[in-house]
Amino acid sequence: MKRFAYVARAVAWRSIHNTLVTPSVIVPSIVFPLFFLAAFAGGLSKISHVPHFDYRPGYTAFQFVFVFLQSAAFGGVFTGFAIARDFDSGFARRLLLSAPRRSGIIAGYAGGALARWFVTGSIVTIAALIAGMDVPGNASELVGLVGLGIMANVVAGLWGCGVAMFLRTEQAGALIQMPVFVVIFLAPIYVPLPLLTGWIHSIAKVNPATVVLEAGRGLLAASPVHVGLAFAVLAGAAVVMAAWARRGLASAERAG
Amino acid sequence: MTAAGPAIVVEQLVREYRKGPRAVDGIDLTVSPGEIYGFLGPNGAGKSTTVLMLTTLLPPTSGRASVGGYDIVRDGSHVRASIGAALQEAALDAILTGREHLLLQATLQGIPKATRARRAQELLERVGLTEAADRRVGGYSGGMKRRLDLALALVHSPRILFLDEPTTGLDLQSRTALWSEVARLAHDEGMTVFLTTQYLEEADALADRVGIIDHGKIVAEDTPAKLKAEIGNPTVEVVPADLSRAEEFAQALSAFGSPARGGRGSLTVQLPGGEAQLADVVRVLDAAGLHVASLHLHQPSLDDVFLAKTGRKLEGSAEDENEEPAAAAPARGRRRRGR
Amino acid sequence: MAAELGSTPANGPGLLAQIGAVGRRSITRTLRQRALLIFPMLFPLILFAINGSALNAATRIPGFPPVSYRAFVLAVPFMQGALFIAVTAGIDLARDIESGFFNRLALTPLRGAALLAGQLGGAFIVACLQSVVYLLVGLATGVGIASGVGGAFVLLALSIVIAFGFAGVGALIALRTGSGEAVQAIFPLLFVTLFLSSASLPRPLIAVHWFREVATYNPASYMIEGIRSLVITGWDGRALALGFGFGLALVIVSLGLASGAMRNRLVRT
Repeated sequence: MKRFAYVARAVAWRSIHNTLVTPSVIVPSIVFPLFFLAAFAGGLSKISHVPHFDYRPGYTAFQFVFVFLQSAAFGGVFTGFAIARDFDSGFARRLLLSAPRRSGIIAGYAGGALARWFVTGSIVTIAALIAGMDVPGNASELVGLVGLGIMANVVAGLWGCGVAMFLRTEQAGALIQMPVFVVIFLAPIYVPLPLLTGWIHSIAKVNPATVVLEAGRGLLAASPVHVGLAFAVLAGAAVVMAAWARRGLASAERAG
Repeated sequence: MTAAGPAIVVEQLVREYRKGPRAVDGIDLTVSPGEIYGFLGPNGAGKSTTVLMLTTLLPPTSGRASVGGYDIVRDGSHVRASIGAALQEAALDAILTGREHLLLQATLQGIPKATRARRAQELLERVGLTEAADRRVGGYSGGMKRRLDLALALVHSPRILFLDEPTTGLDLQSRTALWSEVARLAHDEGMTVFLTTQYLEEADALADRVGIIDHGKIVAEDTPAKLKAEIGNPTVEVVPADLSRAEEFAQALSAFGSPARGGRGSLTVQLPGGEAQLADVVRVLDAAGLHVASLHLHQPSLDDVFLAKTGRKLEGSAEDENEEPAAAAPARGRRRRGR
Repeated sequence: MAAELGSTPANGPGLLAQIGAVGRRSITRTLRQRALLIFPMLFPLILFAINGSALNAATRIPGFPPVSYRAFVLAVPFMQGALFIAVTAGIDLARDIESGFFNRLALTPLRGAALLAGQLGGAFIVACLQSVVYLLVGLATGVGIASGVGGAFVLLALSIVIAFGFAGVGALIALRTGSGEAVQAIFPLLFVTLFLSSASLPRPLIAVHWFREVATYNPASYMIEGIRSLVITGWDGRALALGFGFGLALVIVSLGLASGAMRNRLVRT
């Protein structure tokens, strides 16, 4: 356990350190969510005038939850990119050789991703508050929202980790990103689920991301819905993705 | 070239960079038609920068040079029409095939459409790439890429060929094959070859004359043999089969000079008459009934020449490894700046 | 053998022959890198499918044009495709510079204008292919072209002009920086430009004042509205004039600046 912890700590430290000394790494992960918030909450705010749009806190809050959770997920995706780059450069091999508990490497990358997301998430939250977002939820509900973000970050990070370790090349980027993108965007991101029509309504109804998104919006609006289900979905996904990442690590170990 | 003058003339050529030292610091050289001129020096010495200037890809800061009788600044287009160049990187398109490269080059060089395909085929045969001709270059080995690079430089039958470290990174077989082709181009076809290298044996094997450059200046220039002879005579190192007879060996070898004792019982003596005296050494030892365990002839090398002129050995004396690539980069990586 | 020693003319073949040679290479490269052809075409279509359905509720906003959201947003893939073309055209050129292939071309009589025009040949082919695919997908998903068959051809022409303009932007960045990474870095900026426009809602329906102002001054809005007018309105002279105007302005400015950058990049005495 001790060896696991210090391997994880070392890898996480490197990840955080590299982000701090290379602004070009963290700037896009901050700028893009801010941009989405501005574009969606700003450009599409008239959507709240659609009949039966009944999200009490308003469209800015409605979009904030999406951007908040999306930034968490994509923070995990960027970790997959970083791992893929490490394989391309050969640094990952160095880690595999020197880490006594290699599963600590996965934990370290995940820890680094989480630390980066805390920065991004905080900035996005501040921006939304400055834009006048209404926050009816109480402290525990908001903690719940952050908890959803943490788990989304971990799930996406483990997914990216697995893909990166299986493919071991920076070209894995598209494969890491696309499924996460599609899953997120096939959820009710612009309007609530009841206002979706057609094929996308059918897909969104069964999309696990919908449960998470609705739970997050409910927590922010102080009318929690599906919270337990959302956490269960994310926990289940985390277990599956952890196994996926572990298999990826085994594949990388076999490849040498 | 309009008359039978020198193929390349360089007078006080300088290339200076803003905030940097002079990459080329006032060099003078002349290359005769049909000659292979070896430009030897460590990384960062100014070799590639010189080549970029002579091939018109980098304007000089000051000085003059003419290539094929044309001024490199005033008559750039005529210079380019007269020369072929294989620069430091093979610079090939991984997506195109070898044949497609040659056809593209032939088109851009203005070779008539009717003869392009034939010219491409001829060059592919000449460099031994006919079987790989229709495969994408991305799958070529390093040696194949260099051969294609050479073929591309020859598409328009230039009179003067610039080769910038053409064998760097190649295995021995590929290197030797390239040397043979370069020698053939010069000796059989009368092509002038300006070759830069950091490999002593390459300059030794190929060049009719060698110019040694260091820190942007030419520190020595002559034929390899004369440069080495300037430094000293060859030495022979003898290891007796029976070490207890070392004194007898020393006495026999004293006929040639003062033998010096070395490690493991070896004795070394200089041969004032050159390597031709080696046979005499063997006869003397044989006549005295002395058996040798080993006998080595050590020639002064161009590395010894470099050491004598600069106080450093050429091999392993690479300067800041980024210096020359950075100096070469302006040809492709920078915009035109003020001199 | 026709090529005697040193017989290459210093000026080389004519401009059209040079453009043709470089253009053939560019097209060959494009067609052989299927991943670079397909993914940039597919991604805007995925977004079109998602947004076209997910934002259908927007048609119920008072003042929204009486068309499906899919018809409204069909213009956007054409613009997104143009952004991808900007990046791939730029990366291609940057790669040539980084690898030294540019130097090889510089040693021939090739003129800078021919190199630029030829390099964009691949971009032109992709722009044509993409535009046709997006139009066909739109039609297949039930979107009607209000301006008819003639309008469809004008739509293709406008989208190709816009794509060519963005290709010039990519080429400009490549020539000025010589770096593929720098070219890739502009993609987010171009993406932002596209979003801060009337891509998602008509400008009068953008409630947030600053956003509406930005969209009003954003040339991308007029390019999108030009294409959109052919789909949902019919023949709207003003929208077409603005769309073509800004599209051609982009072509002229980007290619003009790229030509200047090419002159500086192709350093030869």
